Amino acid sequence: MARMKFLCDAERCIECNGCVTACKQENEVPWGVNRRRVVTLNDGVPGEKSISVACMHCSDAPCIAVCPVDCIYHTEEGVVLHDKDMCIGCGYCFYACPFGAPQFPQTGAFGARGKMDKCTFCAGGPEKDNSKEEFAKYGSNRLAQGKLPACAEMCSTKALLAGDGDVIADIFRNRALKRGKGAEVWGWSTAYGKPEPQQPPKGEKS
Amino acid sequence: MIGLRKSLMCALVAVAALAGCGEKEQVVVYQQGKYQGKPDTRPWENAPGASLYTTSQWTKGDKSGWETAIKSRNQNQNEYTRVQ
Repeated sequence: MARMKFLCDAERCIECNGCVTACKQENEVPWGVNRRRVVTLNDGVPGEKSISVACMHCSDAPCIAVCPVDCIYHTEEGVVLHDKDMCIGCGYCFYACPFGAPQFPQTGAFGARGKMDKCTFCAGGPEKDNSKEEFAKYGSNRLAQGKLPACAEMCSTKALLAGDGDVIADIFRNRALKRGKGAEVWGWSTAYGKPEPQQPPKGEKS
Repeated sequence: MIGLRKSLMCALVAVAALAGCGEKEQVVVYQQGKYQGKPDTRPWENAPGASLYTTSQWTKGDKSGWETAIKSRNQNQNEYTRVQ
C-alpha cells in the first residue's frame, strides 16, 4: 500500500466547515484546538477558493526532524503520529510545520502550553487500539476499524479525499478529466434542467 | 607505463564521478521501536468486529485483508463509479 494522504479539491470545497465539525465531534477535540480548518483565498470576491487544511502527514515530516524529545513517528501506512506521554509542549513542531497543524491547548494561567495535539488521520496513537486511553489522548482510531478519516467521509461534496495516495489521486484525476465546465458539469441538468436543444436556423440561403 | 597510468586515472575519475549517483532513501521509514516513545500497534493487528458499526471485514493480523477493506472503502469517495 502507498502512503495515506489527504487531497482537497478546491473546485468542490464550498466552505461549509463540515470537515471541521466532523473532526471535532469524532475525536472530541477540546475547545481552542482545531485539528482541521478551512482556509479561503480571496474571501468574498467572485471566484474565491477554499481548501480544507490539517496535518498533511508529510513523507519527510519537518516536525519529526525538529522534535527535541523524538516523540513523533511515522506509521507503516505513512501516518504521522506522536506520543503525548513524551511531548514537552515546546512548540518546535509548530514552527517547523508549513501547515500550522500542531495545536497546543491552553493549560492554566499565563498562556502555558499543554501537550501538542494534531490530526491523527483518525489513527489514534501509541496506546491499545480503540481503548479508552487512546481515545482520551488522541481521539478515535478509525483506521483500526477499517474506516477512513471522519472529515473526508463526512464531506458532502467529496472535495476532501483521504486514503491511499495512489487511489485518491486516481479518483481526482478521473474527476478532473470528466467534470467539464458550465452546463457540462456533472449534476447540472438535475439542478437546472436539460439545456434546450438548438433549433436549426430557418430561412433560405441568401 | 603511460597507458597504465592513463587507464588508472580514467578509472579514478569514473569512480569519483559515479559516486554522486548513489541513491539515498528520500523517505523516513518508520521502524518498530525506532523512536523514543512507546511502540504502536498496527491497524490490522486487531479484529474489526471488536469495534462498533464496522462494515469492513478482515481477519486479525491480515494486512492484505485490511488493505483491501480500506481500498474498497476509498472507492466510496468516487461518485463517478457509484452513479455511472
